[in-house]
Amino acid sequence: MAYDKFTVLKSTAVPMPIENVDTDQIIPARFLKATERKGFGDNLFRDWRYNADNTPKKDFVLNNSIYTGKILVGGKNFGSGSSREHAAWAIYDYGFRCVVSSFFADIFKNNSLNIGILPVQVSPAFLDNIFRAIEADPHTELEVSLPDQTITILATGERESFEINSYKKHNLMNGYDDIDYLQSMKEDIRSFAAKSIY
Amino acid sequence: MSHIPATLFDKVWDSHVVRKIEDGPDVLFIDRHFIHEVTSPVAFLGLEQRNLKVMFPEKTFATADHNTPTINQHLPVQDPLSANQLKALEVNAAKYGISHWGLGNPKNGIVHVVGPENGITLPGMTIVCGDSHTSTHGAFGAIAFGIGTSEVEMVLSSQCIMQPKPKKMRIKVDGRLGKGITPKDVVLFIISKLTAAGATGYFVEFAGEVFENMSMEGRMTVCNMSIEMGARGGMIAPDETTFNYIKGRDKAPKGADWDKDLAYWKTLKTEEGAVFDLEHHFDAADIEPMITYGTNPGMGMGITQHIPLAQAAGGSKTSYEKSLDYMGFHEDEPMLGKKVDYVFIGSCTNGRIEDFRAFASIIKDRKKADHVTAWIVPGSHIVEQQIREEGILDILTAAGFQLRQPGCSACLAMNDDKIPAGKYAVSTSNRNFEGRQGPGARTMLASPLVAAAAAVTGVVTDPRTLMVD
Repeated sequence: MAYDKFTVLKSTAVPMPIENVDTDQIIPARFLKATERKGFGDNLFRDWRYNADNTPKKDFVLNNSIYTGKILVGGKNFGSGSSREHAAWAIYDYGFRCVVSSFFADIFKNNSLNIGILPVQVSPAFLDNIFRAIEADPHTELEVSLPDQTITILATGERESFEINSYKKHNLMNGYDDIDYLQSMKEDIRSFAAKSIY
Repeated sequence: MSHIPATLFDKVWDSHVVRKIEDGPDVLFIDRHFIHEVTSPVAFLGLEQRNLKVMFPEKTFATADHNTPTINQHLPVQDPLSANQLKALEVNAAKYGISHWGLGNPKNGIVHVVGPENGITLPGMTIVCGDSHTSTHGAFGAIAFGIGTSEVEMVLSSQCIMQPKPKKMRIKVDGRLGKGITPKDVVLFIISKLTAAGATGYFVEFAGEVFENMSMEGRMTVCNMSIEMGARGGMIAPDETTFNYIKGRDKAPKGADWDKDLAYWKTLKTEEGAVFDLEHHFDAADIEPMITYGTNPGMGMGITQHIPLAQAAGGSKTSYEKSLDYMGFHEDEPMLGKKVDYVFIGSCTNGRIEDFRAFASIIKDRKKADHVTAWIVPGSHIVEQQIREEGILDILTAAGFQLRQPGCSACLAMNDDKIPAGKYAVSTSNRNFEGRQGPGARTMLASPLVAAAAAVTGVVTDPRTLMVD
């Protein structure tokens, strides 16, 4: 499925300073029953966001209109647990294009990159700086530059570099995905398969 | 040039690389692909949108498990959304020529139970599935890990995925396990030491006496939970235990093929002097029956201990307090004696015959506690059949328990098997996340022995106190 190309993103951010945000919180299993990829954003963080009677929980950050933006900032070990790509779909569908944390779970990171969300891993100290900046001013903006591989807190000018391999960077900047790449090497795969013992 | 000693992981990974991309991932060939009803429909939709075919349908195996009911499986599935996903799997499998063990098929069961028990999972393979507990298959010396739906589409259309090669970790546990200490305790112990993110970025090899002496069922339980410490997967070198388990199974190689494969499998071990990026070493004598007290699998403790203080647990104090608050527990209190409302035995972690034997060993000649609701869910129809044949069903019935039908069930509560809000469950599954077993449900992860002890006493109980020597 096509996704928006990612180059430079300047946006306010939604802070979620909680560690080990797992994919069951991002999208609970009972909402995985669709056979199409649409509408998952409505159930993003469902049980943190809504009470059992579907009224919004007032103290949850997504229900606080002060905090908006295309960047979600989470605590350490973001996206742990299940491999459900629905978690990344829900984040994308809600409107986020970038998730910042000091540490990501592997499968979540892969899933995000595959659907056009940029996971930006920063140092624990820089993550604290971001949380502090947003706390001081909820309208503070972050600038994420994929070409430069940097993230900047615009209010203070604090900046840090992040890592991404050049293959994935090229894909995200151009809206390509791995399926396109793999289709281009079918002959190599066929000859490899011919030698497989299984 | 002298030979550089290789790890088991390197041997299997490197022999499956179709292409290496500079400053990018490896293109990895996949030998076995398992699919189920929840994470595959959008992948098939993607194939249609791109007008792609399934490249090697004979390398993909479909089973329905995540949202299937565990009672009255002969009746139509009541939930229309679940029924729709099950139908989509059936239709997609038929359309693309993929083997499908749907609801009611005698081979049906949880994907990570049926793969091994039918000889589909073999040493030295690369195995993926849109499910994080695919790591289970690493018990056979395979590289097995969970993938997302985009990657399911990649495997269907090209039999490959693109993955950066993970770093390597070895976890050794030596010594002998004490009475009442099961493979589940071993892995919960390791995760409690490493934390839920302690192996992120790594592929783990489990080694040492404890794993060498473990059954295949036990090794599967351990590798199953590799993901709960963040690892990409976990594996154990194949040995005679592995070969004996595989031999004669339905889809296992036979005759001359067996001899040829066996010779290869015997080469699948880490060589002396091979280097890992990180090593951990534990002593079996330090492990007691484990139970979790928090909302991630790293928050586990010996069952006779007290809940750790926030500062001893590490990590942020706010997150720790949020977790204990959800559970309704407090720092420094004991877990023994806490009331239990539900007991769940089953899942890809502990839904195999050995787990039900362990459960039965405790409940034999005892009665289920009146206030406890117990869900006893075999991992597959084959396991269910074994439960009947070995007389375990008679023991369950005499103690006041009922046997349900196979599926993932209360492990992730996609079907009707949901623990009610606020209730406490001792569960043999793999995740104690908030709401995992139903909105507001409070999960304590433990072994089948601890689950059985809770089921008959109605409180958290050290199973060793109920065991005869």
